[in-house]
Parts: sequence; C-alpha cells; structure tokens
Amino acid sequence: MALLEIRNVTRRFGSYTAVDNVSIDVEAGEFFTLLGPSGCGKTTLLRMIAGFDLPDSGQILLDGKDMVGIPPEKRPVHTVFQTYALFPHMTVADNIAFPLKMARKAPQEIKKRVNELLERVHLPNFGNRFPHELSGGQKQRVAFARGLVNRPRLLLLDEPLGALDAKLREEMQIELINLQKEIGITFIFVTHAQDEALALSHRIAVMNRGNVEQIDEPSKIYSAPKNHFVADFIGKISVMNAAVMEATPSHLKLAIEGLGEVTAPAREDVEVGARGVLAIRPEQVRISHPSNESQLKNHFRGKVHDFLYVGDVTTYIVELVNGAYIEALLPNSAPGRAKFFEVDDEVTISWRHDAGIFLNDPR
Amino acid sequence: MKRGNPWLWSAAALVYAFLYIPLIIVVLYSFNDSRLNAEWVGFTLFWYKALFNNTEMLLAARNSLFIAVCASFCATLLGTMSGLAIHRYKLKVLPVLVFTPVAMPEILLGVSILLFFLQVLNFTLGMVSIIIAHTTFCIGFVAIIVRARLQGMDESIFEAARDLGASPWQTFRLVTLPLIMPAVVAGALMSFTLSIDDFVITFFTKGVGEPILPIQIYTMIKVAVTPEVNAISTLLMLLTLVMIIIATRLESNGSSEGSAKTHPVKQAAK
Repeated sequence: MALLEIRNVTRRFGSYTAVDNVSIDVEAGEFFTLLGPSGCGKTTLLRMIAGFDLPDSGQILLDGKDMVGIPPEKRPVHTVFQTYALFPHMTVADNIAFPLKMARKAPQEIKKRVNELLERVHLPNFGNRFPHELSGGQKQRVAFARGLVNRPRLLLLDEPLGALDAKLREEMQIELINLQKEIGITFIFVTHAQDEALALSHRIAVMNRGNVEQIDEPSKIYSAPKNHFVADFIGKISVMNAAVMEATPSHLKLAIEGLGEVTAPAREDVEVGARGVLAIRPEQVRISHPSNESQLKNHFRGKVHDFLYVGDVTTYIVELVNGAYIEALLPNSAPGRAKFFEVDDEVTISWRHDAGIFLNDPR
Repeated sequence: MKRGNPWLWSAAALVYAFLYIPLIIVVLYSFNDSRLNAEWVGFTLFWYKALFNNTEMLLAARNSLFIAVCASFCATLLGTMSGLAIHRYKLKVLPVLVFTPVAMPEILLGVSILLFFLQVLNFTLGMVSIIIAHTTFCIGFVAIIVRARLQGMDESIFEAARDLGASPWQTFRLVTLPLIMPAVVAGALMSFTLSIDDFVITFFTKGVGEPILPIQIYTMIKVAVTPEVNAISTLLMLLTLVMIIIATRLESNGSSEGSAKTHPVKQAAK
C-alpha cells in the first residue's frame, strides 16, 4: 500500500476546475514532485493534502486512512511554505520547537530535538536569533527544520526555493536531497521549475490544467515524454510535423513534410497513417560542415538562422529546407569564445535513428 | 528647493500658531497667580491645589476615568473581534457596519443612542448608559487599527501554525494575538482618550446623576472662568497627549513592519 493515495480528486472553484479527477500514489521514502506551470492545480492539490482545502469529490488516503474532514493540525503532514512563514515574534529555537510543543512533548526532548535539527541544517548557534535577523537561505533552513522536527509522515514543500537567487538555490537543492536521504521522510515538492524537478525528484508528476499528464522518473520524463505538453514543458525540444509510414517493433519510419523520411524509435501505441510530431532534443542533434558527409541515416541540409551563446554551450537554430527550425547544441569545450558557425552558414544536421520521439497529438 | 518656499513655511507657521497658541495660553494661565485670566501676575501652583480640594471635580474625574477604562476595555475586546472578522470573512457589509459610527456626526449618535435607551429599552440613564454609548463609537476605531495590522501580514503564518499542530484557539493565542498586540494596545489607548474627553455623546446619555469631567468643566465655565478650569484642562491635555503618543508609536511600528515577517516586534511575545 502506498503511503499517500490520491484517488479521483476533483476541486472546482465556481466554473473553473483547478484539479480534475487526479489520482496519484506516493510511496514511503519518496521524493515526489508535482511539476507544472502556474495555474495547473499543483498548489491546490498540495493544500488539499495539507488540509487547507477540501476536494469536491475523491479521496485522499494517508496510510490507508481517509484524510478528508480531518483538520490540518490533526494530520501527520507538515508544510514548508514559499514565504517560509516563520513566526516573526519567536526566536529560531521557539519556531522549531513549535510543532513539538503542540504535540506536548517533554521539555528535555524538545530541547534535544531542536538542537539536533539546528545542527542538521547547519545553524547550531542561531537558536536565539529572530527570523528578521536571518538571510533568505537561513530562513529557508529554519523552515525545513521546523517542518521536519516532529517527524511528519509527509513533508509538503510549496516552491520553497522560489525566492532564492540562482547560486543559493543550487546549494539548497543539494542540502534538500541530503536532508531527505538522511531523515528518510517522504517529500512532496511543488515547483514550476523543470530543472529543479529533474535534479531533486525520485518521481515527477507533470500537471497541466488540473490534469496529470505523466508520472515517471526524471530520466523517463525527459527522454520519453508521453505527449507534446510534457515534451515542451521539460527542457528544450524541436518539433516537426510527421506522419507514420511504417511501424515495426524495432522502429518507426516517418515522413516529414517537405523534408523526407526519418527513422525514429518504435512506439507500441502508434499505427501506420497516424499524424503527429517528431520531437527531438537539441543535445541529440549534431551540427557539422556540409563537407563532412554524415554517417547517420537521419541527415539534412540547413542554414544557421541564429545562435545563442550561454557560456558552457552554444545553441544553434537551424532552418531546414522545408522551413522548419531545429535546435542543435554544441559544447564549448575549447577555451575562449568558441564560434563554429555564423548566421547563414550552410550546415548538415543529423541525429541517430534511436534519437527523437514521435508524439501522437498534433500541434 | 532645498529650504522650501518661504511662503509655504510662513503659512505652515500660521496654521500651527492658530492651533497651538490657545492651548499654550490655557497651560500658562493655569500657573498664573491671579483670579482673572487677563494678565500675568506670577507663578503659582495654587489652582492645582484648589483643584485637588474640589470634591465635585474629583468625583467627576473619577467617574470619567472609570467610564474611560470600562468603555475602552469593552471597545477593545469587541473592536479586535470585529477587526479579525472583517479580515477573515470577506463580507462587504461587515466593514460598513463597523466603520460607519466612526464617520457619523457625534450629535446624531448621541441623539439616536438617547432615544434608543429611553424609548426602546426604557433604560435609566447613568454611568452604564454612558459606558455603552462610548463603547459603540470606539469599536470602529479599534477595528480599523487591528484590521490595518492584519492586512500587512503574511497569511501563511497563520496557516503554518495550524499545519504544525495548533488548534484554532492555540493559533489565536500563540500566533495571532502576539502579532496584533501592538494594534490592540494602540486601539485601547485611542479608545481611552476618545472616551475621557467626549462631550457630545456623554451629554446626551448621562441623565441627571453623576458629574462627568468634560460636562463639569463646561458647567464651571458657565459660572466663571477661573484658572481652576485651566488647571484641569492642562492635566487632561497631558493625559491625552501621552496616550496619543504611545498609540501612534505602536501603530507606526506595526505598519512600518509591513509584512510582519521582515521586521517583527519581538517584545510582543516575550
């Protein structure tokens, strides 16, 4: 039995359906992420798990027990809020002690646990400070400590890293992974940042307009997106209209309008004649001088339309003969600002026969 | 424009002079060694001594203090509750109901409360009716101050308390109340000052019984303006001033914190 079972949960606000018949199972010890653009229903779902909102229909089971109707303070679930929500009139130690006091733990135990958690989040001498005396990252750590101190069955994290700058964010991501590993508490993490979701999670549920589009491990979500939305939302991807010419257990043959034939990995649910898109990640696309004839099956001529230098890599946007655009990534491993191609350069674009993916829903 | 326009400065000076010179004169003449408020003779504390031997005046002061304490206590309790309710339940009619008495002309309030007591309730006027009347017009002030403070706060603080195991009552006692305390105290002080020097509503609701300070002062002036009036006015002014200063301090502390999370009042909880 899963630790948390969300069964057919629906939540409407007037005529707007925020969460539409969603079912998710979260296993004990998992780092589970709800990922989606703003307004996709992820926060509403989180609030229903915490008990701040009630589903219009469906069940939320924790350890097999229905949580609907149980107030937030009676649920073994704690939340780390986006704004941290530290009590401004209490010291750091009192903030962390709060859930233990509410659970009527003995004073010695409270003291011990608070000190333990302060150590764990690397703030051992901060117990007597007030929240306004802390930096953003420190407040964040106190919020984690306060959420974890009473060992909830489930810790909910509502975009907790959203307010931090990029460098601090990366640091906190690593700390968060370690914290979860050490303490072993199940995390449900809400974010709209796909890189964060990929880096942190054991599994990700990609949400869109109140629906779950795909639940999978990060690598599966990235390399085998189920549909166009998931492919587009996670990372960069180029798409071209395609029709299935041949479907075998080993591969698909696709016809790309105005370009020709390409080979793509097989998919079970696809039949000959189906229309859709071929989606391909920039790092799977090779870009080379037209003189180097490519050994790969899938190769086409194109012209550099634009490029984007971002330090470690350069992304080239190449216009193909049929007018479609495809992105190719080239690592800048050589010192200095590498620039292999200029705008309007003739290039050859190629990719392996097992790269790219055919997605059923047309654009 | 670093120094500002001299015309503006002199206009401002005139306005302040108009406001404060009469007050300064009242205070000065309370120390004047003369029965008449006409010319300065010499310094004396005689009028303050006379005041403290005036039993009628002392009784009036005692009554007024009693009324102010009771009314501000009731108004703070009810006003804090309304402030919280207005903030939590987004009913449009609630703020209108609570805040209207603040803007209403006092004479209207006085008359309506008088008629309500006499004709509807058939109530004997006296201390109790004054306390009730003062409470009604102070509730709005407290509610406005409390609500303003709540509006500046991060809503998730209260959710966090529930989330971490506090019942609604514990959340109020341990989180909400300490955080709104500066506003509650400011509201109480404001109510106290409004009550202690209120004339119009008191006049309508006092009946014929006990002497009340502002009315007593008015009666004294009708007979003769002695420096004793100046003395009691000075004391009243001092009391009001102190309370107003404390109240505005607390209030501005509250609002400058904005969202309480960035700059909290630590002493509130301790």
